[in-house]
Amino acid sequence: MTAGLRARGLGKRYRRRWALTDCTLDVPSGRVVGLVGPNGAGKSTLLNLAVGVLTPTSGTIEVLGGRPASGAAQLAKVGYVAQDTPTYAGLSVADHMRLGARLNPAWDEALARRRIDRLGLDRGQKAGKLSGGQRAQLALTLGIAKRPELLILDEPVSSLDPLARREFLQDLMEAVAEQELTVVLSSHLVSDVDRACDYLIVLVDSRVQVCGDIEMLLATHHRLTGPRRDPASLPADQHVISASHTDRQSTLLIRTDGPILDPAWTVSRLTLEDLVLAYMRRPTDVERHDGPVLEVQR
Amino acid sequence: MIWLTWRQFRLQVLVIFAAVVTIAIAMAVTGSELLHAYHADTVGFLGQIVNDRVDKTLYLLGLALLYAAPSVIGAFWGAPLIARELEAGTHRLVWNQSITRSRWLAVKLALTGVAAMAATGLLSLAVSWWSSPIDQAVARGQSAGPFSFPRLFPIVYGARGVVPIGYTAFAFALGVAVGLLLRRSVPAIAITLAVVIAVQTAMPLAVRGHLIAPVRLTTAITTSNFTGLHGSGPPDRGPTLQGFTVRAGKPGDWVLSNQTINAQGVVPHTLPAWVADCFLPKQAAIGQGATRVKAPTPRLLDGCFTRLADAGFRQRVTYQPASRFWALQWRETAMFLTLALLLTGFCFWRVRRDLT
Repeated sequence: MTAGLRARGLGKRYRRRWALTDCTLDVPSGRVVGLVGPNGAGKSTLLNLAVGVLTPTSGTIEVLGGRPASGAAQLAKVGYVAQDTPTYAGLSVADHMRLGARLNPAWDEALARRRIDRLGLDRGQKAGKLSGGQRAQLALTLGIAKRPELLILDEPVSSLDPLARREFLQDLMEAVAEQELTVVLSSHLVSDVDRACDYLIVLVDSRVQVCGDIEMLLATHHRLTGPRRDPASLPADQHVISASHTDRQSTLLIRTDGPILDPAWTVSRLTLEDLVLAYMRRPTDVERHDGPVLEVQR
Repeated sequence: MIWLTWRQFRLQVLVIFAAVVTIAIAMAVTGSELLHAYHADTVGFLGQIVNDRVDKTLYLLGLALLYAAPSVIGAFWGAPLIARELEAGTHRLVWNQSITRSRWLAVKLALTGVAAMAATGLLSLAVSWWSSPIDQAVARGQSAGPFSFPRLFPIVYGARGVVPIGYTAFAFALGVAVGLLLRRSVPAIAITLAVVIAVQTAMPLAVRGHLIAPVRLTTAITTSNFTGLHGSGPPDRGPTLQGFTVRAGKPGDWVLSNQTINAQGVVPHTLPAWVADCFLPKQAAIGQGATRVKAPTPRLLDGCFTRLADAGFRQRVTYQPASRFWALQWRETAMFLTLALLLTGFCFWRVRRDLT
């Protein structure tokens, strides 16, 4: 089985600023991947590299075993719903369906019709007159009816109100269930990912902080609360993600594959949001400077 | 892709082609009458039609439209072609359908570019055919009102034959390239307009005359070929003369330079003072010290010309003969088509690179 997306030492520089550095990733196919990170973390850059709108400055990226946008066949395999879901304002909904049918050999006309009817979109209406939610749905319909193997969505719901957001994601999930798509979805909101995804990539400061199956991540991350102690004294297989201390108590967020045997700790489960926020707050180089950072905090 | 290009572009195409066809019909209807009038009275033709308001209007309209067409098409078809997609972000939609960017660009450029060239080509064909009796009469030395420029002259040349097609191809490709570079329609439109107009102005001033080495002619200045002299200063009190102009070649030729040279073969800064005295003799004072220039008699003039020739002054004329009209047209068209191809090549190169 080929990887959905495979990056090795991938980097992208705009003039002098690196938007993405040393990104190594394997996204298995058949998953719904959530790509989260704060604004400006490099999410769009990574996705644009994956669809071939950008070319890497360093490293390599492979999508479904091929170089992004290397030809019509590769383009046909990857669907993309760009940020702000652009559509042709002067073309009607029906025109967009025709565009999809003309430009994609694998176009699924029946699927497109079904979706447009279910969404209640007026075929004659110009895309420029649609609401943000309807426009996003139209763009998603184009992406899905193309019958790609991988569907990439770059913040598709960022401009939608909470209700439209929920409907859009639900709709996406139905399509995924029907078609066995691999999906990569970026968002700066954890709740979107929590609702839709089963695989997580956290991107902060143009670097991948964590990457993996969501259930697995939740099973291997724990919050430890107990008497104050130095995180450096933990067993070697327990990696500290974040630490906070009061005079008497320490709260640590750790990742470990093994069980936690120390009875001094109260162990509690994390929510996905806790986990993502811990990685987002973590300074990129925390592991090397654990001691001094603690000193400063005291 | 052909369908999408047509769908995005059909309104502009229909408007322009409707206008071109309307003008072509008007020219076809009045053109045959014009041709008939020319054959009926070849010698007095221009004198006859100069009072016809319709003919005058159509003649000037043809010139204006063909000079405006390249910049208008470059600015309003070329510049927004890709810039508008980049502005609206729709390039991200269309580039992720199952079609490569190169193919997308190729179809867009080919269809729109060919439509643009066809529109100006058709217009130029109609205008050139309609004006041909007038151009022929002017080439035979007739002249009346607006109908006094041979077709090789800058004002008429750009509105005849095949050069409008070359200019249009260039302007269109330039518009697309500038739009792609700036990624904004409005500045791209402004820059395209400015550059195309600058090129249209610079061509006759600096380039066209040298596309083929002009004919150089050195001749004596005589009573028969003398057409005028130029200088500065008041004519009544010893003007400084700079040179003569003479008639050379045929009426339809395009004279590039008409200079007086001295015995050393260089163009003198001013002519000696005796030339002015000889050609513009002063008359006795009238009233309060004012003098008047009196036209010298032909016998006196002959003497002046002989003296001029003895002093080694001759006239050097460079010109493009009227017979080179088509040779110059094809060269200029080929030049602009080459530029258009280079700009198109740039567009293909650019569109394959990063564009978010």
